[in-house]
Amino acid sequence: MELVHVESLGKLRETFNSGKTKEASWRRSQLTGLLKFLQEREEDILMALKHDLGKHPVESYRDEVGTSIKSVNYALQNLKYWMSSKKVKVPIAAFPTRAELVPEPLGLVLIISSWNYPIGLSLEPLIGALAAGNTAVLKPSELAPQTSSLLAKSLPAYLDNKAVKIIEGDAIVGEQLLQHKWDKIFFTGSPRVGRIVMSAAAKHLTPVMLELGGKCPAVVDSLSSSWDREVAVKRILGGKFGACGGQACIGIDYILVEKNFAPTLVELLKNKVISMFGDNPKESHSIVRIVNKSHFLRLKKLLDDPQVKNSIVHGGSEDEENLYIEPTILVDPPLTAPIMTEEIFGPLLPIITLKKVEDSIGFIKSRPRALALYVFTNSETLKRRIIAETSSGSVTFNDAIIQYACDTLPFGGVGESGFGRYHGKFSFDAFSHEKAVTTRSFLVEIWFRFPPWNDHKLQLFRSAYRFDYLGLLLVALGLKRS
Amino acid sequence: MAEKELKKIFDSESACTLVSELRKTFNTGKTKSYEWRVSQLKNLQKLIEEHEKEIIEALQTDLAKPEAEIHVGEIGMLKSSLKTALNELRNWMMPEKVKTSMTTFPSSAEILPEPLGVTLVISAWNYPILLSIDPMIGAIAAGNAVVLKPSEVAPASSSFLAKYLGEYMDSSAIRVVEGAIPETTALLEQKWDKIFYTGNGRIGRIVMGAAAKHLTPVALELGGKCPVIVDSVINLQVATRRIIGGKWAFNNGQACVSADYIITTKEFAPKLIDSLKHEIETCFGTNPIESKDISRIINSNHFDRLSKLLDDEKVSGKIVCGGQRDKSCLRIAPTILLDVPEDSLIMNEEIFGPLLPILTVDKIEDSFDIVTSKEKPLAAYLFTNKNKLKDEFVRTISAGGTVINDISLHLAVHTLPFGGVGESGTGSYHGKFSFDAFSHKKAVLYRSFTGDASVRYPPYSNGKVRMLKALINGSILGIILALFKLSKD
Repeated sequence: MELVHVESLGKLRETFNSGKTKEASWRRSQLTGLLKFLQEREEDILMALKHDLGKHPVESYRDEVGTSIKSVNYALQNLKYWMSSKKVKVPIAAFPTRAELVPEPLGLVLIISSWNYPIGLSLEPLIGALAAGNTAVLKPSELAPQTSSLLAKSLPAYLDNKAVKIIEGDAIVGEQLLQHKWDKIFFTGSPRVGRIVMSAAAKHLTPVMLELGGKCPAVVDSLSSSWDREVAVKRILGGKFGACGGQACIGIDYILVEKNFAPTLVELLKNKVISMFGDNPKESHSIVRIVNKSHFLRLKKLLDDPQVKNSIVHGGSEDEENLYIEPTILVDPPLTAPIMTEEIFGPLLPIITLKKVEDSIGFIKSRPRALALYVFTNSETLKRRIIAETSSGSVTFNDAIIQYACDTLPFGGVGESGFGRYHGKFSFDAFSHEKAVTTRSFLVEIWFRFPPWNDHKLQLFRSAYRFDYLGLLLVALGLKRS
Repeated sequence: MAEKELKKIFDSESACTLVSELRKTFNTGKTKSYEWRVSQLKNLQKLIEEHEKEIIEALQTDLAKPEAEIHVGEIGMLKSSLKTALNELRNWMMPEKVKTSMTTFPSSAEILPEPLGVTLVISAWNYPILLSIDPMIGAIAAGNAVVLKPSEVAPASSSFLAKYLGEYMDSSAIRVVEGAIPETTALLEQKWDKIFYTGNGRIGRIVMGAAAKHLTPVALELGGKCPVIVDSVINLQVATRRIIGGKWAFNNGQACVSADYIITTKEFAPKLIDSLKHEIETCFGTNPIESKDISRIINSNHFDRLSKLLDDEKVSGKIVCGGQRDKSCLRIAPTILLDVPEDSLIMNEEIFGPLLPILTVDKIEDSFDIVTSKEKPLAAYLFTNKNKLKDEFVRTISAGGTVINDISLHLAVHTLPFGGVGESGTGSYHGKFSFDAFSHKKAVLYRSFTGDASVRYPPYSNGKVRMLKALINGSILGIILALFKLSKD
């Protein structure tokens, strides 16, 4: 296994060094290839996602296929502009000097994606890597085996195999890959593995981008209009149970709500869960199942604590054989229980009640920064305070998850939720080096730049650095002294 | 006796306490205010203005740096950096509105910069004042608390910074920790929100490895062998002066972007060498080793390191200019070597000193292969008037930054990002890039409760797939058609 990697990685580097991948035509052909893959193999993709996760085609299309198509098209439309050199203004003191920023590919990059959005989280970074002119290795997650296999077997037909390789495998394969020198590593997954990735990258000074997770809170204000409540509740449930069954890095992890409004909210949520998923959600095919036994047992354990169990107000049933946990709502489980200290990544929705909704700010601040923060409110004051006083990868008001689809917003974390950002042009930038190119002419020399030094020259420098051009001129002409 | 007892060792516990204190300050929100940031930046201005004399003294003690170089390379750069930050800070702090598409309609969005928190700046010895304060300017402008660990290899500068930053800055948020390996290790064990390191690749790896334990993002400003490709179609005198300006008049070659080695054609080399010899004399006199207009070698370790490069048997006999050494005053004359073998020591490590090897090739285009066969440097330089060669250079050579027909000028242009790629580092700074380096750009999306597309939610159906396709593709016709079909489903 090890030898295969070394040889094939060498070939990828050779391809990069040939300069082929820098050409706009090559990049376009790869992006078009990705588009074709998504369009022609849509059925296979939807089937693989159904097999690996029990994902309904609507969810698959909405969150993975559709968004990837949108991203490829966006890249194709903007590629020329992204690739172009950008002129930069230069201070007069450096005249005559021309400066520009030239984006260039980094070289050979490694993309490690996760199992919950195995198509989206593989292709979205790949789009950036290819648009930026790199060669790439993609290692999809082995926990979504049919999707991994589909990518490894079918995607190569649409891409340049001398420049892009898909390598399947588990943690051992991952570790082997991490021993090599990459020009960038893009990792989506847990903080624990993120640390391993970054430590390995440090040995080669490889820059990394870590898309991690965290407990994404949803602050729900006391909404008065029934329409607002209806929409908010749909979006909250969509952002929890409708987002890979709660197994999403930007999924709503828990809710913060004022004590007074909590009963209303809980009722609305319970009713809506039933109307969205039916009386027997297991049969609804509208909710993703738990990805594997290990995660199932992890989630089961979260509910085992008697105090947690007692706080369940809806759901709670489990089916180990089918890896199914019913959409479960809890009210005020103990804050010290693992369900409130670890990222849930499953269909359990704790609701924490607070005296005042503004207390949510202190609550959020005292915890690690999340990838996303959601706030459902009409209060401009609350919005302003949340933005100013909390920190998170992103903040979305009155909706959830949908920020993922916005090409103009950077997608990424801060603190424990990771660093680096992508989507849209940010993906292109994530896999590029912006090289400064400064050109001077031989005419017009700042003669006082060179030794031997004397006070006169010193004085000229003083003026130059103060951007005091008149002073500069006067001293140069010998008309002014210090 | 009492003073010695009071001076505690700075260990893990001290570092932990330090970070907690600064975090407490940061959490009060004090450093986020525009007023605080401005006050601190202005304090830096005052510090530099009022203690210019001490800065010059410290740098002359540490490096015998000529006063003109201090003004240009350190004081001047800092003044300009502070001026830019103060002028632009309001703009930098403002949220950036961004367009949103049909997919999230109706919505509005913006990107909001916020400070990362408690940051660590580790600086180097060659520009000990500049490389300490310049990144701090970025950290402070972005609203962070910051700890500076200056290089112990430039002790006078380190003392200066500890004393005066202590006096002028808000010590509840800004601190200096002096020391060497033990102190740095203690600092690196802590959880920072960003680490900004300037130095070499070996320590860069250690810094990044330590940061990995806490998932701390890092900026590494490293170095490399910055090549200077010299074509024959140039203004020889101007080019020569600029090369000298980018080597011996540039902290005596002890700069991360100084000219490390030259590549030129076999034919042109003699002319270039003659010109260099002539201009070296003009700039530094007939006995350059004694010139006060050149910094000395920082210390005996580096002096020995550089001597070793010259003692390498592969390069003895290749010296065509200079070569004199004086260990007692830590000086080596401007030295040029011609045609050193590529496997010599001097061609396999960053020189960081007054030795300038010249490699020769048959055709100037061959020089690109030599450069690309090595690790990507922090800077690459080309002297030519041929446009085709310039284009080829930009297309082929990857480096942190490149300059055509000059050396290192780009770092004075604050609108250009200054940073490396590959072995020369990651991240960039100067101007707004400094602010960005210490900020998190938070994405904010505003949605309203009106305009809700029911197709998004369970229960799912095939009609919804069609509608979604249309919505995501932003196709109005598709949406209308899908709506019709949907109403039939």
